Amino acid sequence: MMDIFSAKSVVKKYDKYTALDDVSITVKKNSIFGLLGPNGAGKTSLIRIINQITGPDSGELFFNGERLQQKHIERIGYLPEERGLYKKMEVGEQALYLARLKGLSRQEATKRLKYWFEKFEITTWWNKKIEELSKGMQQKVQFIVTVLHEPELLILDEPFSGFDPINANLIKNEILELKQKGTSIIFSTHNMASVEELCDDIALINRSKKILEGSVKEIRKEYRTNTYKVEFTGNLIAFTNAIWTGCELLEKHTEGNVNIATVKLLNDATPNQLLQAIMPHVMVNGLHEIIPSMNDIFIAKVSDEKINIGSNFTE
Amino acid sequence: MNKILLIIQREYLTRVKKKSFIVMTILGPILMVGLVFAQFWIKMIPEEKQKIMVVDESQLFINKLESTANQSFTYSKNNLSFEQGNFYGTDYNVILYIPANIIDSQKIQIFYKKQPGLGMQDYINTIVSKKLEEMKLLASGIKLNQLESIKTKLNLTTTKIEKSGNLETKDNEVSMALGFIAGILIYIFIFLYGAQVMRGVIEEKTSRIVEVIISSVKPFELMMGKVVGIAMVGLTQFLLWILLSAVGTSLVGNYFIKNNVNANHMEETFKTNVPQKAAFKEMSGDKKAEIMDSFFNQVNMPVMLFSFLFYFLGGYLLYGALFAAVGSAVDNEADTQQFMLPLTIPLILSFTLAQNVMTNPESSLAFWLSIFPLTSPVIMMVRIPFGVPYIDLILSMLTLVAGFVGATWVSAKIYRTGILMYGKKSSYKELWKWLFYKA
Repeated sequence: MMDIFSAKSVVKKYDKYTALDDVSITVKKNSIFGLLGPNGAGKTSLIRIINQITGPDSGELFFNGERLQQKHIERIGYLPEERGLYKKMEVGEQALYLARLKGLSRQEATKRLKYWFEKFEITTWWNKKIEELSKGMQQKVQFIVTVLHEPELLILDEPFSGFDPINANLIKNEILELKQKGTSIIFSTHNMASVEELCDDIALINRSKKILEGSVKEIRKEYRTNTYKVEFTGNLIAFTNAIWTGCELLEKHTEGNVNIATVKLLNDATPNQLLQAIMPHVMVNGLHEIIPSMNDIFIAKVSDEKINIGSNFTE
Repeated sequence: MNKILLIIQREYLTRVKKKSFIVMTILGPILMVGLVFAQFWIKMIPEEKQKIMVVDESQLFINKLESTANQSFTYSKNNLSFEQGNFYGTDYNVILYIPANIIDSQKIQIFYKKQPGLGMQDYINTIVSKKLEEMKLLASGIKLNQLESIKTKLNLTTTKIEKSGNLETKDNEVSMALGFIAGILIYIFIFLYGAQVMRGVIEEKTSRIVEVIISSVKPFELMMGKVVGIAMVGLTQFLLWILLSAVGTSLVGNYFIKNNVNANHMEETFKTNVPQKAAFKEMSGDKKAEIMDSFFNQVNMPVMLFSFLFYFLGGYLLYGALFAAVGSAVDNEADTQQFMLPLTIPLILSFTLAQNVMTNPESSLAFWLSIFPLTSPVIMMVRIPFGVPYIDLILSMLTLVAGFVGATWVSAKIYRTGILMYGKKSSYKELWKWLFYKA
């Protein structure tokens, strides 16, 4: 499969401050690529370079195998995190204007806008001024404007901010539908749950350097910590005594008449050994491996600590 | 290129369709026409006739002060204290008291019910002293016809000898008025529409639409589209004003004539209202024709019109680009002050120095101000009606073009970085750094 976009060894400096230090990423065609990182890591700088708003100091950029050039602008759609519309302009007129700036003809833009306005059930908004709409409504218009020219590469920076859960879900489904139709998407967010749900691959940038990349599944597997959740009925003290020195009891609690314990296997201990140790003492109802969430991995990588499963706040 | 046209179109249409634009376009000429005709109106209201009671103890002025349309003199046979006591029983406005020793004391006095206007005080003072002068002259043996022949009224014309040996006579007052009006129009246009460019940029920045747009077009295209679009709004407004004013003036003029208003009187009032009213009043018909003639002959109208358009647009484009840069560097209008200063100072300076240039159009100050691009649009327009060597004009136009290109280059660099900077106050040091960021 060919790559829709790749950046090789991109460096961007502002004065003495380095925004991007030798960052390379590859976005596969027809995939959703998560661009992750804490605030100020350099994500926006990279996105602006992809959109040719700014240029890199060094490094190479490719779009669909060709060197990235001005003409590719019309094949890229961008929903910036800092977004807005002309408040005093009418919805339809404004959408037409922005679509035509992306190279659509007036007729084509009108036709496509009608389709999207009907799809989102917002046809009555056409002659309203933007300032008359709520924030969520404005975001819907903004999303339509971003995808209207049917870009091959769609860059979405925090696309769910400002939406209520119902509309967030609507947008999520639209994103998945676009992917199915063949669009490639770069998705930047701090919401790790949505990364797990949507992204195929990710790159994690911290302090202007890329510190992690790969497919979401692989990364999560790679960062497993051999931790298991055990559900059992029986005496908790008996259970604690039973797990031998190769295990560390991280947490335990009781739900109804079932006890639940989180156990980390030390050294090369296996789940089999754990079961053998506890089975004589308690009644085992279930045993699951706990795979670290992207949230756990994000925090661990960025703060340079060990994975600390499940104890962190999830957005 | 197609996209820049789209931007120009949007900037133009959204502004022209605004209510405030339509209101200002209609209200502007109404105010102007109204102002002109309000003056006519006031002039045509006959002034209240002043009745003056003269108490002349010197007996020198009896029946010598002539009554006019506005003043009538009546001579009292009673003494001052009687007339003072009787004042409110009469309909006289003032009592003019001339003491017996007027020739030595040179003092006269006015008593009034209501404070008389300065004009009337002046009038009385002038005619009494004039009469007194005549009497003194006669007393010293000079006859009236001798006096008339001594009285001298000089007529000064200024003529330039050009290098070629040609002589050129100019009427400075016409040139002054013409240049000054042109300069003021440019000054107003730059301020009015330059500020609009700045506000437009700030609006795009605060509404955060700017990043959406510059992912489709280059920042330079967005900036220039805005500057040009607003220039066209300005031109539209000026053209409409001129058109509506012309139509309005002729309509109101017709109304006045239809209503049997003395057209001559109106013309007269109009003329006394132009700045050089004294000069105009005393001019014979021939002299008036001569002025109109010299107006078209001495002022090179094609050069004047072309230069006006050139400096009008050139000056605006130069300042417009700089105003756009200022707008891009701030988050809201309140923060613009520090960056506005270097723009407003040359502009206001050129306006205030225009007076100096008018009285001294060929000084070296006038020359340098009309070459420096930030002041040349206003100053050169003031100079042109006096006649400017073509070499000066070409030099000035070239520096203005160079200034415009330079300002646009600098502005584009500041703009490009500024529009994406939020939340921190920029300093000059930072703007300087932005100039060297890579695109």
